Amino acid sequence: MATLAAVVGIGQTHYKTRRGDVSIAGLVREAAVNALDDAGLGWDDIDAVIVGKAPDMFEGVIMPEIYLTDALGCNGKPMMRVHTAGSVGGSTALVAASHVQSGMFRRVLTVTFEKQSESNAMWALSTPQPFSVHLNAGAGGYFAPIIREYMRRSGAPYDVGIKVAVKDRLHGARNPLAHLQLPNITMKEVEESMMLWDPIRFLEACPSSDGACAMVIVAEDLATRSPKPPAWIRGGAMRSEPTMYAGREEVSPQAGRDCAADVYRQAGITNPRKDLDCAEIYVPFSWYEPMWLENLGFAAEGEGWKLTMSGATSLDEGGDIPWNCSGGVLSSNPIGASGMIRFAEAARQVRGDAGAHQVEGARLAMGHAYGGGAQFFAMWVVGADKP
Amino acid sequence: MKEIAIVAFSQSDCLARAGAANEVELIMPQLRAVFDQVGLNNAQDVDFVCSGSCDYLQGAAFAFVAGVDALGAVPPIKESHVEMDAAWALYESILKIRMGQAESALIYGFAKASSGELPIVLSQQLDPYYLAPLWVDNVSLAAMQARQLLERGLASERAMAEVVVRARRHALANPHAQLSGDVSVEELLAAETFVAPLRESDCAPVADGAAAMIICTVEKARAWGVPYARITGIDHRIETHNLGMRDLTDSVSTRQAAEAAGMKRGPVQVAELYAPFSHQEIILCRALGLGDETVINPSGGVMAGNLMMASGLARMGEVFRRIASGEIGRGIAHATSGPCLQHNLVAVLESA
Repeated sequence: MATLAAVVGIGQTHYKTRRGDVSIAGLVREAAVNALDDAGLGWDDIDAVIVGKAPDMFEGVIMPEIYLTDALGCNGKPMMRVHTAGSVGGSTALVAASHVQSGMFRRVLTVTFEKQSESNAMWALSTPQPFSVHLNAGAGGYFAPIIREYMRRSGAPYDVGIKVAVKDRLHGARNPLAHLQLPNITMKEVEESMMLWDPIRFLEACPSSDGACAMVIVAEDLATRSPKPPAWIRGGAMRSEPTMYAGREEVSPQAGRDCAADVYRQAGITNPRKDLDCAEIYVPFSWYEPMWLENLGFAAEGEGWKLTMSGATSLDEGGDIPWNCSGGVLSSNPIGASGMIRFAEAARQVRGDAGAHQVEGARLAMGHAYGGGAQFFAMWVVGADKP
Repeated sequence: MKEIAIVAFSQSDCLARAGAANEVELIMPQLRAVFDQVGLNNAQDVDFVCSGSCDYLQGAAFAFVAGVDALGAVPPIKESHVEMDAAWALYESILKIRMGQAESALIYGFAKASSGELPIVLSQQLDPYYLAPLWVDNVSLAAMQARQLLERGLASERAMAEVVVRARRHALANPHAQLSGDVSVEELLAAETFVAPLRESDCAPVADGAAAMIICTVEKARAWGVPYARITGIDHRIETHNLGMRDLTDSVSTRQAAEAAGMKRGPVQVAELYAPFSHQEIILCRALGLGDETVINPSGGVMAGNLMMASGLARMGEVFRRIASGEIGRGIAHATSGPCLQHNLVAVLESA
């Protein structure tokens, strides 16, 4: 059996188009110091540091953790660097947790970041390869046809994505750290925004952000003595499948379904909509909310969009299963950190520490991240109650 | 804490250029080899998979994604990746087994470093504001380190050449070696320096290729009925990136890792050290306090062929092979990352 572990410190930066006021080192240190302060700990208390980020080409620095060791107080300690595409923020949290859950470490710091203003993510995702067909489309161009297929199969009305875009930005307006602050956004405004990759409009896509997110994860005995309420890790899972294979279900990937089933089993969840109080799910393009509602078992196949349209996932509409109360990836997207922000925001909810986007009385929450061609998944469930 | 065993290892030949072969083609023969050593069909028969690679060596974001195509990951598998040498993928896999989420794991590392000019590529691994814009390459930094070693009288050019002579002689028995043979110190010293005081022979040849390993709990290894080596200790430490703040003639982090891994709790019959420059082997041996009772790099080490992103894992594999065959009972394996030995991992392997 794994050693019990919990999140006792969370630190984030403001998410912005460009954090020109700090270097990459300054950015990650800001998040790390915030997490240590939140945990009431100092640098010397940390046994190991686990760093994650998306492709190195996003900043043009190879293995930047090598340079970040000084900023993150790692000298003389173990330091690891995780990279699992867009799911990396979630995977990094899970690898960090495994340091404690293995019984090999007592207190670890984990930090993820992206400083997208220092390079061009669209370019980095589209460099030509000698061995494969050149897909010069970025992420939106890749996912748009899959979304169209979802629309065709489910018969969802055209404005489901528009509704998600508005809902997550209204959530984001409650979160002072969120990149996009659009408290007056309307369905009409989203609908009239430029079509980027049909059916994804400009305002239905995530922004490109600078930012970092950090967490302190500790062993059971230390968590019970921590100054603020811990978020107990009740389950964690990862799954991968190839980008392409005969018979691949791209709209609702098997890897996502398997990963959810694994994490629910660990956390004792039989009905995610009922058992969970809220969820932070990786939705970089609006339509991925109804698609993931189905993939993760919150709604039956073909029914996810009905949940969205009913307001069930909206904090402002008093929904029973609010998704992305922080504003989600649609409001802030420092890619390498985006998964960890989901994991950390789930933890904030069960710690009762989510400020104006707190779900009242949240006891059990889920964090989710995906990456690649929707083929890499990382998920965890955190709870206010010790398992 | 659960005891972990290495049960299978394979590496490719070290080739200066793998030609038209892509990454999947480099990886697949090694996966097949380790599956066959244990009697498994494919990656579905292990509980966890973890790989190590570097996007910049391939020149594209997500180098590891192609690697997944080599796994047969249908139905989906539990899989992760480090942007590090696969020795750290081994480390992550050990955590996964010790936390109880897996009993076995497949680890692999791969790179096709010949796609770019490695020293230039690695210059972009440095501090992006102060060092990377200078395009200081890793060979020049290593040369600076060698110069310090020479000027402090801690090594001589002859001693460096002796490292190379021994490595190439050892490599004669290594079928995967890129460089092997009987050369004399005098022959090597007669060559011009490349980046002074380093000669080309002091620098490991860069190779394309892959390596793979299977580890599991000792109980599982017994159930599989295959020879195995136990990993009785493993630890890694990083040092400051600021070269001016380090004593480059020492490797403090290697010593820390070796202490934490329990190296000194028994004899070290063999040490496989990831020293891509001859003088770095001298630094590592001094830092670890290794003497005549230890055979250094019996495979020839990375001087015989340096599989980028897999050489650290291959060091573990070399010690495993010698233990599993009954040749030795205890040895250590080392992996490194970053300029001038910034980050180091040490594992202690022992017989069943």
